Amino acid sequence: MMAQTLAQTENAPVLEIRGLTQQFGGLTAVNDFNVKLTPGGLSGLIGPNGAGKTTVFNLVSGFYQPTKGQIFIDGVPTAGLKPHKVTALGVARTFQNIRLWNDMTVLDNIRVAQHYRLGYGFFHSIARSKRYQQREDEIAKEAAELLEVFDLQRFALDVPKNLPYGTQRKLEIARALSSHPKLLLLDEPAAGLNSSDVQELIRLIRWIHKKFDVTIWMIEHHMDVMMELCTQIKVIDFGQTIAEGTPETVRNHPAVITAYLGDDNI
Amino acid sequence: MVFMLRRYSIHLILALAGGAIVYSADQEYLGLYTLSVLMFMGVNVILSTSLNLVNGYMGEFSCGHAGFMAVGAYVSSLLGVWLFAKDRVFGVPLLDPGYALYAFPVLILIGGVAAALAGLLVAVPSYKTRGDYLAIITIAANYIIISAIENIGAIGGSRGFMGMKRLVNSMEDVVDLPWMPIWVIIFTILSVWVIRRYVSSTFGKGVSAICQDEVAAEIMSVNTNKIKTVTFMLSSGIAGIAGGLFAYILGYVNPGSFNILKSTEVLVMVYLGGMGSLSGSILSAILFTILLELLRPLQIIKWIVIPLLLIILMQFRPEGIMGNRELGDLFPRLKKLYRFK
Amino acid sequence: MLESFLQNVINALQWGSFYALIALGYTLVYGVLTLINFAHGDVFMVGAYIAFFISTFFLTTLGLPGWVALALCIPLTMILTSLVGVTLERIAYRPLRKKGAHRLYVVITALMCGLILEHANLAILGASRKAFPPLIEVQVYNIGGVTFTNLKIAVIVTAFLVFLFLQWVVTRTRVGMAMRAISYDNFAVPLMGIPLDQIIVVTFILGSGFAGLAGLLFAMSYPVLEPYMGALIGWKAFIAAVVGGIGDIRGAFLGGFLLGAVEIMVVAFFPSTFRDLISFTVLLAILTWKPTGLFGIAKTTKI
Repeated sequence: MMAQTLAQTENAPVLEIRGLTQQFGGLTAVNDFNVKLTPGGLSGLIGPNGAGKTTVFNLVSGFYQPTKGQIFIDGVPTAGLKPHKVTALGVARTFQNIRLWNDMTVLDNIRVAQHYRLGYGFFHSIARSKRYQQREDEIAKEAAELLEVFDLQRFALDVPKNLPYGTQRKLEIARALSSHPKLLLLDEPAAGLNSSDVQELIRLIRWIHKKFDVTIWMIEHHMDVMMELCTQIKVIDFGQTIAEGTPETVRNHPAVITAYLGDDNI
Repeated sequence: MVFMLRRYSIHLILALAGGAIVYSADQEYLGLYTLSVLMFMGVNVILSTSLNLVNGYMGEFSCGHAGFMAVGAYVSSLLGVWLFAKDRVFGVPLLDPGYALYAFPVLILIGGVAAALAGLLVAVPSYKTRGDYLAIITIAANYIIISAIENIGAIGGSRGFMGMKRLVNSMEDVVDLPWMPIWVIIFTILSVWVIRRYVSSTFGKGVSAICQDEVAAEIMSVNTNKIKTVTFMLSSGIAGIAGGLFAYILGYVNPGSFNILKSTEVLVMVYLGGMGSLSGSILSAILFTILLELLRPLQIIKWIVIPLLLIILMQFRPEGIMGNRELGDLFPRLKKLYRFK
Repeated sequence: MLESFLQNVINALQWGSFYALIALGYTLVYGVLTLINFAHGDVFMVGAYIAFFISTFFLTTLGLPGWVALALCIPLTMILTSLVGVTLERIAYRPLRKKGAHRLYVVITALMCGLILEHANLAILGASRKAFPPLIEVQVYNIGGVTFTNLKIAVIVTAFLVFLFLQWVVTRTRVGMAMRAISYDNFAVPLMGIPLDQIIVVTFILGSGFAGLAGLLFAMSYPVLEPYMGALIGWKAFIAAVVGGIGDIRGAFLGGFLLGAVEIMVVAFFPSTFRDLISFTVLLAILTWKPTGLFGIAKTTKI
């Protein structure tokens, strides 16, 4: 508890990764990865396909346990924590391929994401105790508010699989935000969107960043999205960090150009 | 007034129906045969709704439900006979048989708790195992439970165990009412009510989340292992309750009644009703019980006709009677007439 | 000590051969369709009965010598049993598959088919057990205190030959390649011009044919037939297939022998009523330790 309070002083990094290495069998997916995200930032992680970007996200959200290295969320080490515990520390994420609960209503999708601070257990749910009633009312109210903020309230009772793709993306982001994260990980939010949807997504992310006071770290292949949104970008290839800095620096970095286009083209 | 009616309509209907059954049993309008069919209907409703929790809501494929039923049946029977009835195995009753009436629900619940603990046999492997591999574990668990009972000679081994009728009789000696139907009705309603409350709470919605995308559930802060444990234990515990009732209705138990065929029967009821539909499970349990009784005169042919009917039914309604909908979704107008929570 | 150990090994191999032969059928169908064909144990039972009728016909009605009857009986049993398997696929599973029904409804249908096979048999032939006629003269050999019969050796050798054959089919032939392709991705396969339905029929022919062979061998080794003989052995063979790693030929084979060995060893050291209890506990422990079986590959979820 003490360490936690110390770490939560001003400007302590929301996420700190030190020497993160992940090996799958003989393959090193991520090698000696380091990062510090200060609160309120909007930064990006890019790299060619198979560079290990999603693996980094999976490690941060606790889905894999790293081979080496440490991850701190707000100063708290996440080693050995299961993903739901990491989420409870304040990390939420979206997925490359949308992973909504497709047969549950939009409202329920938001409600279930409240499990980390449910505050009641099995017996309360059966007895419908006072605490249960109170918490369920709060959850329902908050979920409705969130849907309204995201302009999704008219879909509240629909199931996600019937919604347009762009709306599903939006809902997934809304679901992630419903867990009040300090850090939001967006894994290719623009994948599969057409250009007008992409413009809307850029506005949405910028708006979320301000409105929810959340640190955002995103993976994206659409360079224009990254250039427009991010203040800091990190580039990895074959698990190695090859460049980092502002969008401008990264864009002109020779190693980045090599990684994306190959040697011969220079 | 209308609001009150709507709010309590289900309670009212259940109370009336239950009261009618108990009254007609007491006045002996219903023959013993009809009564026992009605009681087995209740047991089957408990079994199918509780299995639906795992197979429908959580999307696992448990085929060993009868094993947990056996645990409940044996624990509540042995305990009941030991405490309240004179018996070859245990000798003189420990307590005054006059208390049997008050202790009976506790006995059944203890059977349920024991079955819930046996459910851990499946719940713990389910952390790492899913799908067909978990199905095998449930089958193995069923065989292990049955085989273990068969090998304990003291409780009758494969010959079975009896003496529960004495307990039922001593209940009726205290207050002269048809107690078994009363208990079956109470426990049936209780089980469905508990399951319904569980799956409709935000906590219990975690079950559906696991079914639809376990990775997303875990990452969206659902403690999947906990939910799985609770769900398996609840499901097997309720099966244990059904087992206890089953044992006391019949008056004797033997391991053979809880084999994989019994599990198959429950599976059929769940899939016939539709996965993830409680009203479907209730409906199909009732229909299936009636069907079994109607076809009884066919004797062995019955077991050709029933599977055949099911195969044909599945060709026409491959999602079961109700799909994953509830009665209220199918007939929205009904919703105005009741509130079910 | 050594003799009794070797004796148990031979018994285990023979007993495991039956499990292996049946498990191969489960695994083939599962590998291609991810369908647990719960009727498979009963197909094995039907195979034994078919063998019974054919051999009685040849022996008593036609008065053929035993070895001729056996030589005719093997292919005929396999063909007729595979017809049963294909019929099930054709009338019960395929329509459901075409309708896109949930996988588990197909499993339930398979369970129902099994029940029908069992009880139709019971209804038609009655509850009395059938005694299988001896087709060959059983010779008992005794080498250094270890006894075995020519039949036992034949069973074990057959199981190994079937395994090698199926392994060859699956890994070396075009049909096998198509099977593996379907199990990998049954959506893309028809787009590649592979006739899905035909491959599935071939799978059922292979699986049921060898179940028929197992039925014949089982009836020759334990010449009492009854309608429920396939149920328990079928469930167990299925579990064996899963313990080996379902969908993998080697897994099914190994799982079958493993189960056979465990059961024989249990009977050697404990009262025989403990057989199911202990063998299922061992299997449960294996699956808890290696959740996808010995040869199964853990499917990693891609995020």
